[in-house]
Amino acid sequence: MISLAHPIRRKRVLPGLSLSLGTTLLYVALIILLPVVALVLKGAAIGPERFVAIVTSPRTVAAFKITLLAATAATIINALYGLLMAWVLVRYEFPGKRILDALMDVPFALPTAVAGLALTALFSANGWFGSLLDAAGISVVYTIWGIIIAMTFTSIPFVVRTVQPVLEDLDPALEQAAETLGASPFTVFRRIVLPAILPAWLAGATVSFARSLGEFGAVVFIAGNIPMKTEIASLLAFIRLAEYDYNGAAVIALCLLAIALVLLVVSNILQHWASRYREANR
Amino acid sequence: MSTHPMTGRPTRTAHILIATAVVLTLALVVAPLVYIFSRAFADGWQVYASNIMNPMTLHAIGLTALVAVITVPLNIAFGIAAAWAIAKFRFPGRGVLVTMIEIPFSISPIIAGIAYLFLYGRSGLLGPWLLEHNLQVMFALPGIVLVTMFVTSPFVAREILPLMQAQGSEQEQAAVTLGASGWQIFRRVTLPNIRWALLYGAVLCTARAVGEFGGVSVVSGNIRGQTNTLPLHVELLFNDLNTTGAFAAASTLTVIALIALVVKAALESRRQAH
Repeated sequence: MISLAHPIRRKRVLPGLSLSLGTTLLYVALIILLPVVALVLKGAAIGPERFVAIVTSPRTVAAFKITLLAATAATIINALYGLLMAWVLVRYEFPGKRILDALMDVPFALPTAVAGLALTALFSANGWFGSLLDAAGISVVYTIWGIIIAMTFTSIPFVVRTVQPVLEDLDPALEQAAETLGASPFTVFRRIVLPAILPAWLAGATVSFARSLGEFGAVVFIAGNIPMKTEIASLLAFIRLAEYDYNGAAVIALCLLAIALVLLVVSNILQHWASRYREANR
Repeated sequence: MSTHPMTGRPTRTAHILIATAVVLTLALVVAPLVYIFSRAFADGWQVYASNIMNPMTLHAIGLTALVAVITVPLNIAFGIAAAWAIAKFRFPGRGVLVTMIEIPFSISPIIAGIAYLFLYGRSGLLGPWLLEHNLQVMFALPGIVLVTMFVTSPFVAREILPLMQAQGSEQEQAAVTLGASGWQIFRRVTLPNIRWALLYGAVLCTARAVGEFGGVSVVSGNIRGQTNTLPLHVELLFNDLNTTGAFAAASTLTVIALIALVVKAALESRRQAH
């Protein structure tokens, strides 16, 4: 019966499917899925009424508001900065370009706790930047500005690294033609460059936003962690655990998990769109 | 120098954009890096050396290295297996599997830590069973290793999977026809093709495994001199108001990050040459 499914083998089959697939499934099940299932089961056991009560409690609502607000601000900053960096790195030649390109990966490689420590000290009243801002009457450390700066730093690479390859594929001749026809630089950007890079740009921004929502190490150093003011959602989940309030921790973690999974799907769709756009323009 | 992309002439816009990019990067990326070293050495070399030689710091360095030594080879094996299965074969649910492998990238490490606590912790899914058999997973080395594995699991797979997909499996098919065994094919045909990407993924994986903070801080229990990894030790020293000590510990992690970036750049130019 089984052999009927493949009556003729057109080519010899490579060995190792059962070993490699078995290893992969075992690893994915044990390391990735099992803990996630445990978290979901824990959340399901709480019951809808208590779940809603925890989500709508003022401190949880405040923590989510602060997290979403700061992550949005950090994403907008990085969408603009990342676009600028991608453009400069792809379109111009200048000394030190390769170093500038390599520097874009620093936030990936640098541990977030180290980034948090450095940013906190830099922006504190006697740090390099803090002393300047202090003179202007602006305080960053222990305010939402600190959270935004920490989230911006840790998500720098995402927009640059998704827009860069798309810009590399984009033929400058199109822009040249538009310019010859009398289009202003802004019109050229809006009508030719922007449509081509939009899916990649949005995909990069989505990942940057997801990363900012979950960022912990860099933020806890600089935020001051004042309840209702500078307390982010992942820290509140952490605090609930330390208080042995496992339901509280589970509910916040599940909300963050749900948002992360939705953003994963969105960024996958956008990246699929981006790759189709690139194929179509080849 | 900077030139107009089409005419080759330097433009004012190009100069302004490049200058803005450089200034922003200096402020956002370079300043924190330089600041770490300037603060670590603020009280001189001797204080720096004594900070690093502190027994607690040395223990944290040892524990962090141990976690990386366990985690990275396991993730390399997983990455190779996953890429081999997904790139060389067609089977139902392949797309779903790729998405699942990516999950740790989009989930906050804090959530991973909490999820692990609900699995192996005292009141977790497997907690009672572990307690019965006197096995300690959370607040001990196994927990730290498991969470680090979760956080770093996609790195190797993500680097070699697209490469193996792009290369196809014609060379491997030819080797099968010539009668090569599975391991021979892997060692003689596949591995040489993917070695730079594999090394690159391993370097990124190591850097991340060494620097993991959020997930580990949930499951480590922060026991001084026992479950305190180097990033956790940085926070501990900072909270103890020993800022110079915190920066000294942080500088070792920064050096590892910079080495990873240099290796990455070297591997990338190597890959382009091939």
